[in-house]
Amino acid sequence: MGAAEKLVQWDPTDIKAELIKKYPPKVARKRAKQIMINEALENGTPEITANVRTIPGIITMRGCTYAGCKGVIMGPTRDIVNLVHGPIGCSFYAWLTRRNQTDPGPEGPDGENFMTYAFSTDMQDQDIIFGGEKKLATAIQEAYDLFHPKSIAVFATCPVGLIGDDIHTVSKQMKEKFGDCNVYAFSCEGYKGVSQSAGHHIANNQVFRHIVGENDEPVEGEYKINLLGEYNIGGDGFEIDRIFKKCGITNISTFSGNSTYNQFATAHQADLNAVMCHRSINYVADMLETKFGIPWVKVNFIGANATAKSLRKIAAYFEDQKLIDKVEAVIAEEMPEVEAAAKEAQAHTDGKTAMMFVGGSRAHHYQELFNELGMKTISAGYEFAHRDDYEGRRVLPFIKIDADSRNIEEIEVEADETRYNPRKTEEAMKVLKEKGVKFKDYEGLAPDMDEGTLIIDDLNQYEAEKLVELMKPDIFCAGIKEKFSIQKLGVPMKQLHSYDSGGPYAGFKGAINFYQEIDRLVSSKVWSYMKAPWQDNPQLSGTFVWE
Amino acid sequence: MLLRHTPKEISERKGLTINPAKTCQPIGAMYAALGIHGCLPHSHGSQGCCAYHRSTLTRHYKEPISAGTSSFTEGASVFGGQANLTQAFNNIFNVYNPEIVAVHTTCLSETIGDDLPQIRKKAIKEGKIPEGKHVIGASTPSYVGSHVTGFSNMVKAMTELAEPTGKKNGKVNLIPGWVEPCDMEELKRITDLMGVSTIMFPDTSGVLNTPLTGEYKMFPAGGTTIAELQSTADSTGTLALGEWCSADAARQLDKQYKVPCTVLDMPFGLKATDRFIEALRTLAGVNVPEEVMTERGQLVDLISDMHQYFYNKKVALVGDPDQLIAMTEFLVSIDMCPVHVVTGTPGKKFEKRIREITADMPYEVNVKAKGDFFLVHQWMKNEPVDLLISNTYGKYIARDEDVPFVRWGFPILDRQGHQYFPTVGYKGGLRLLEKILTALLDRKDRDDTEMKFELVL
Repeated sequence: MGAAEKLVQWDPTDIKAELIKKYPPKVARKRAKQIMINEALENGTPEITANVRTIPGIITMRGCTYAGCKGVIMGPTRDIVNLVHGPIGCSFYAWLTRRNQTDPGPEGPDGENFMTYAFSTDMQDQDIIFGGEKKLATAIQEAYDLFHPKSIAVFATCPVGLIGDDIHTVSKQMKEKFGDCNVYAFSCEGYKGVSQSAGHHIANNQVFRHIVGENDEPVEGEYKINLLGEYNIGGDGFEIDRIFKKCGITNISTFSGNSTYNQFATAHQADLNAVMCHRSINYVADMLETKFGIPWVKVNFIGANATAKSLRKIAAYFEDQKLIDKVEAVIAEEMPEVEAAAKEAQAHTDGKTAMMFVGGSRAHHYQELFNELGMKTISAGYEFAHRDDYEGRRVLPFIKIDADSRNIEEIEVEADETRYNPRKTEEAMKVLKEKGVKFKDYEGLAPDMDEGTLIIDDLNQYEAEKLVELMKPDIFCAGIKEKFSIQKLGVPMKQLHSYDSGGPYAGFKGAINFYQEIDRLVSSKVWSYMKAPWQDNPQLSGTFVWE
Repeated sequence: MLLRHTPKEISERKGLTINPAKTCQPIGAMYAALGIHGCLPHSHGSQGCCAYHRSTLTRHYKEPISAGTSSFTEGASVFGGQANLTQAFNNIFNVYNPEIVAVHTTCLSETIGDDLPQIRKKAIKEGKIPEGKHVIGASTPSYVGSHVTGFSNMVKAMTELAEPTGKKNGKVNLIPGWVEPCDMEELKRITDLMGVSTIMFPDTSGVLNTPLTGEYKMFPAGGTTIAELQSTADSTGTLALGEWCSADAARQLDKQYKVPCTVLDMPFGLKATDRFIEALRTLAGVNVPEEVMTERGQLVDLISDMHQYFYNKKVALVGDPDQLIAMTEFLVSIDMCPVHVVTGTPGKKFEKRIREITADMPYEVNVKAKGDFFLVHQWMKNEPVDLLISNTYGKYIARDEDVPFVRWGFPILDRQGHQYFPTVGYKGGLRLLEKILTALLDRKDRDDTEMKFELVL
């Protein structure tokens, strides 16, 4: 895109009007509430509508509850057999497509790893008519006989809920029958809720109910934490674990990147929960606090500065000078290389603009990395977030619970009779809070974005195309479905779900990877080839051969 | 090992599918619908189906895949999806303005019994479908058949648009089946060379292999036009390539409009292409031009040149029925030995055809319809092969068993080029042979000792 075009100034109000101009009135009214022009108000930011139904026929980026439950939360655990009860498609599409990497760890290369397998009951029409419970029980038995896993998780797809298969009872019966295999089920039918988000919640509930706290055998190590809401896409979790190890922090369990059943089962032994993706995992964080007394803090390991800040937060929580010093030493050791890489990339990225529409936290977290590149995020939004992810948890008491959310189970958790143990006294928590360690808090995306930027919930294909056309960003970030329609417009597009086979982008080494990747994308020569040389000067000025 | 839990011993499974060699109907319907010019496919179900299909198709074709969804909620699942679909029509025609919307169902809308024709009628009555615009619908329950069935059902639904004028158009309907956009382009090149005027449907060339120009068109230049689809009732005959993908549509035109149909194998490899050319020749009453003869001769020449490397090599194949039938025949014709052949798609006829094609081989073929990758891997552990041909998922087996691997089929998620280099016809045969030979010789170059390593092969 030429420099001259870039100078065109845009007014957010005009952009918003342009985005909804073509919609039928009812759609326009609804979308208007999901498009917010950011501004700093006395008590936060303006209200945005989020976590509401997708409009039929409007080409959305969203997926379903099953995708959130099986694909996102339960997908990355290597030693659980994930059995999908339904027609074949749901299992097929979630088979190895999310780029969750896994490391067999101390078990070595022969350790259990079922992530390369797709298991399905492949329901046929007779199962839909006569019920699929028998087939499910057979499939569980066959999986057990073939693999003898420690755990089998059963996932419901749309028709299962409709025909009323009782997957929970079947699972319970099989668990009792086996004795040495924990079998449980997830009612994550695709039609539930309004997006993947409902699936996260359902997964959180069942992991907490069926796995967390199952193993009391003490986990050794200093500064024990859980890292919640990190999925090891492209090896992000490996990089974060590298840093933890270097700092001497023991990560008992990541929910759920590079995880195992036993890590979940021992998660209740941690002394702190560090929450990355607030949207997908805050339920487990809250439940771990209520039942076992483990406080949680919000962290972000996307961005080198954010990584340093998060490490300092964890160190401050443990109030141990040894850890505080070690964390400072690690940051001091890692940062020079990061800063050098940032400087190199900035020669091409400084002053450029980005847009990102992804997930329930990445559209926020990745702004850190773009800031480090000197790039400004001019518009951003989430695919499946709730209001608190935009405006912060302060709005939680005011969120209206609609019918779609009400259908998603909230489980009642109470303090564990024997194992509840508040890790800090109220007094100590208060002192830490004064020092800036905020517990159970997330301020959301909006306060971190500039005045006049556009925050858009559940962006769709039409609006994406319009936004790019009108605001001409230098880079656009979303998922695979959006990738090529944006790039056809001549604008580089970076996938922030799967990273386009790249990564890791978390932590210090990840930041360097990201700087280089964005430098590559915005500097690629390919964007200058859109027009053929003769298209600039279409008039023919031929000469005749006899001249 | 990536598939370290797969045992050599084969046990019968009655309830459990492991590592499927198929996926569900709607994705096939979506791909087929993209082969109509100006068409927006629409998935009548919960939005996850549409998201998964668009993602998979995008990863395979590396092109934008636009499609709508009825975005069912729990309420819609209880009360029916009629309101969602009529609302979707209204939004689609207002915002995206396609020429046609091709609706397919999902297991969700099928289980609750939504009636597409009735919903369409109501939408027309309520003015949600503007005059001059079209809506077609295919019933594609995910719990019947496979992605191939869904493709076939949507192609059949295209015949709804056929409108006989009473006057023949002098054209041949050509139904290519689920092949790549470049294959469809190649089929058009061949029929042009033969001087046969065709209406090919669906036609994803020019839709899913578009140039990068700085302009995005939701509805690119390619695709079978509605006028062409209307005219299919007036054609002199229909050539359907592939029993599983294309025959139903051809038979429908035959039954309804007396357009005589011929069902052929997909023209992969020498013999199937010979039959395709022969059928074109007789149906259109033309002579086979010299160019086509040359292309055939070139393929025969290459078979002869490469024969020493192919002879008696064992091959395992996983894929879709129409492709596998043609490929198995091709392999047999070049003296390779297809020993394990698996499709996830049901159909006893498939097993019968593969047995017939391999009847003269000095071994009994392992063949299974409704099989899966897990089974073929077990077969390979019991009887090792020299080559595996399948979609990308085969690479986990190929790596574990250290077997040369050719990616062919759907989906290919880790390599590119399949959108651009056809494998149909004689020229496509060259490409297939080149891919197979490269895989075999790369392996030989890797494995040969320094003493045996050679410059000229």
